[in-house]
Amino acid sequence: MTDEMYDEEGGPVKKFLYLNRKAPYGTIYALESLEVVLIGAAFEQDVSLLFMDDGIFQLKKGQDTKGIGMKNFSPTYRALEMYDVEKLYVDKKSMDERGLSADDLVVPVEILDAAQVADLMEDQDVILSF
Amino acid sequence: MAIEVNGKTLETDEEGYLVNLADWTEDAGAIIATTENIDMTENHWEVVNFLREYYDEYQIAPAVRVLTKAIGKKLGPEKGNSKYLYELFPYGPAKQACKIAGLPKPTGCV
Amino acid sequence: MILHTVNKSPFEKNSLERCIESAKDGAAILLIEDGVYGALNNTAYSDMAQNAMKTVKIYALAPDVQARGVGDRVLDGVELVDYNGFVDLAESHSKVQAWL
Repeated sequence: MTDEMYDEEGGPVKKFLYLNRKAPYGTIYALESLEVVLIGAAFEQDVSLLFMDDGIFQLKKGQDTKGIGMKNFSPTYRALEMYDVEKLYVDKKSMDERGLSADDLVVPVEILDAAQVADLMEDQDVILSF
Repeated sequence: MAIEVNGKTLETDEEGYLVNLADWTEDAGAIIATTENIDMTENHWEVVNFLREYYDEYQIAPAVRVLTKAIGKKLGPEKGNSKYLYELFPYGPAKQACKIAGLPKPTGCV
Repeated sequence: MILHTVNKSPFEKNSLERCIESAKDGAAILLIEDGVYGALNNTAYSDMAQNAMKTVKIYALAPDVQARGVGDRVLDGVELVDYNGFVDLAESHSKVQAWL
């Protein structure tokens, strides 16, 4: 016997990491990633999200997009927990460079240093990069 | 496509979802319900209103699994199960109830 | 005088850095879209923008600042403008150089 986890259809549960490195509105990457996460949640895999570089800005509190005519999707990150996506990580160096702390973000996150980021990535079956 | 509500024409997409969220009123919801062959009861409205509040807070229409769980939390286990929700909305609670609530189709529904 | 516009984050591209190097004294730099991240205090690029403001005027497009939730983080000395202000700036300068 192994301690491998199995999903509802009997397939092994895989570890998916979504790596988010882009700011929210200048390009479509952030929104695309979020949609893939929501759709992918139906497959009940072991999902983690890592925000790095300008991707940190996706989680910034206080976004208000009325003036630019785009949808403010930052509240949706708060729904991820209900989709059983509970492992949200941010890269410490990226936070420091931007003068941001965990209190500035719309969801609770775990802050990882470079070595922890490296371990997290090594630990995955699949990494999806946005 | 479009629907007529109290003399106003509201734009819908090819599947009957309202194009503009802000167009929604209870009357609009009632008219969309007739196109879905649903007789709206208090229980139907409870789910529709729940969805509107959910959307207001999270800016998405939830997947069925998430909707079921969230309804269970708020309204109790006798309503937070798919049997109850499918009885109210036979063609899929997320799809039909979202349409009646004037929300976009839930992400992940095809 | 030239109006320079920058629409890329300074963390991702060197557009703002190059723009500042290439701007004459008295020029105007308008930060738009992800470029507004260059107008924030307490970041790795705050000093660069702060120093630039000794010789050039920096503006940031308010709707883009608000969309990104960074209105309370804008550097002192950066002036926020709306879309009409953008048009006024373009009109009052001899040309517009967009740093992409």
